[in-house]
Amino acid sequence: MIKKALTLLIAILIAFWFLTPIVLIVLSSLTPSAEYYDPHRILPRSLTLNHLRSLFVTLGGWRATLNSIQVAGISIGISFLFGLPAAYALTRFVFRGKNSIRLAILLTRSFPVLIIGIPLLTLYMRIGISDTLLGVALAHTSMVLPFVVLISSSIIGGISVEYEEAGMIFGLSRFASFMRITMPLVLPGLAASAIFAFIMSWNEVFVAAILTVGNRTLPAHILNAAMTAPDYFKFAAGTIMAVPAMIFIFFTRKYLMSLWGISLK
Amino acid sequence: MAEVKIEGVKKYFGDVKALNGIDLTIEDGKFVVLLGPSGCGKTTLLRCMSGLEKLTEGKIFFGEKDVSNHAPKSRNVSMVFQSYAVWPHMKVYDNIAYPMKIKKFDKQEIKKRVMDTAKLLGISELVDRYPVQLSGGQRQRVAVARAIVLEPAVLMMDEPLSNLDALLRVLMRSELKKLQERLGTTTVYVTHDQVEAMTMGDLIAVMKDGVIQQYGKPEDIYHKPSNKFIAGFIGSPQMNFIDVEVKKNDSMHLLAPGIDVECTPEMSEKITRGGFSKLIMGIRPENIHHVADKNAIPIKGTVYFSERLGAETIVHLKAGDMRIISRIAGDEVFEEDTPMNMYVPPSKIHLFDPESEESILD
Repeated sequence: MIKKALTLLIAILIAFWFLTPIVLIVLSSLTPSAEYYDPHRILPRSLTLNHLRSLFVTLGGWRATLNSIQVAGISIGISFLFGLPAAYALTRFVFRGKNSIRLAILLTRSFPVLIIGIPLLTLYMRIGISDTLLGVALAHTSMVLPFVVLISSSIIGGISVEYEEAGMIFGLSRFASFMRITMPLVLPGLAASAIFAFIMSWNEVFVAAILTVGNRTLPAHILNAAMTAPDYFKFAAGTIMAVPAMIFIFFTRKYLMSLWGISLK
Repeated sequence: MAEVKIEGVKKYFGDVKALNGIDLTIEDGKFVVLLGPSGCGKTTLLRCMSGLEKLTEGKIFFGEKDVSNHAPKSRNVSMVFQSYAVWPHMKVYDNIAYPMKIKKFDKQEIKKRVMDTAKLLGISELVDRYPVQLSGGQRQRVAVARAIVLEPAVLMMDEPLSNLDALLRVLMRSELKKLQERLGTTTVYVTHDQVEAMTMGDLIAVMKDGVIQQYGKPEDIYHKPSNKFIAGFIGSPQMNFIDVEVKKNDSMHLLAPGIDVECTPEMSEKITRGGFSKLIMGIRPENIHHVADKNAIPIKGTVYFSERLGAETIVHLKAGDMRIISRIAGDEVFEEDTPMNMYVPPSKIHLFDPESEESILD
């Protein structure tokens, strides 16, 4: 009984710890400016969408959001195009240096992308893709691709190779067997990892800010525009950043859990 | 249906020689069992025949056709996998129908064949279910149905019964055998279970270290094992191996503590020709009796231990510092530590060269 109550208490505390800032951010972003600066009020009497609207419309937030989606889309596309075959090879074939390759891929994740930001900028200027979405997307790919390779390889590894071999025995080529037998089985997992990759790119701010001036992604744009604006704009920006990620996580939480090897059963 | 001919097949994984020169001919319509301990290469050989593994060296023919470099899909083979590999995202019906869908069969034809095959295996009621809703035994029937629905040239089975419980295994053993007899499909069956091999195989190929040790009818493998490994691998409890010395007076004798075998003319001739002074004598437990037969050779010892199994009794006899195991029909009581004589018919004695471990009699 006491143990149960204690567990509940701790759970509530943890929930408070994480939820309070989010609630305050969302609330502040919806508070009219007059009430926001009223020192006698904590909770607003009325809510307004004005801050969000002006951030989106007048301050160019909508365009930045579209940029973010494009960048994430391109980088996920490239990552899966190269990452999936790599993951397949790492899982299904035995070859020399396999473990070293796996380790090298993991190692790239230990470098913050920030480090390559400046060198990338000079390189991009030379080849003429600085301040482009493609440039940011490629930089994000360097962060997303290793993640996709490692996660996809563990997802593919979770599917018995005999399913695929059965496909090959009963009339499919190796490629067709992968596409028609293994793919449907790994698709939910891959979708979940794609969403996670999306959030990685969506949240990345430093490289995006370094590499672009005009074509900024949402976080880079906010860093630029909202940080010099009144507080409630900052909170509005925070809301815009947090909500999509939260929605995605909400719908894929079950898969994300199993992606990282935590079984829910 | 086809005859399978394997010529000089080698398969290396890096430095590991999984198959080290295999020659094997499987007649059309025969049920052949590849038998051996784990790591002997039996599964690798099967996978090479199916095309899932590429050969390092050698050739494989189905009938007249050289299929050595063919992809699995163009070999017209089918396989029952150890894990069944029934595709979990398809219903039973679609699992069985899939090989035909790939080959673009007519819808009506597919339906007829699926239902016929499902009926043959007693899974007609299950066709609308997903594999997760099936028991292990049912899943296996689906795997078998999928494998036979298209009448393959060669049907391959990789330890199909090893994931079933003991009772079901005995049942499926006879069912698979009956099914194969009915279909007449050339079948290659991999197992490490000697009982499965003995009961199901028309022919058995015993393998060890990537080499076929002996290929023959079950009764020949049992009665005339060509070396000590095979003799020990087939039969339970294991064959007794006794180190004996060759003594020659007026006639030839094989001597060990408590044992004095007077050689038959055939034995004497073989021993003399090989010039052996020492041999390994092999006697199967079921050939050692406690009742004296005419001509039977006595083994003198004391009862060390006896296991009463009801239908039979396993007696451990101590002769010198050797332990000889005998299997006696019926429920018999043997007092421990009492002297006892056991008897072996001379025709049931196997002799092996202690150097090469090859049989010298057969």
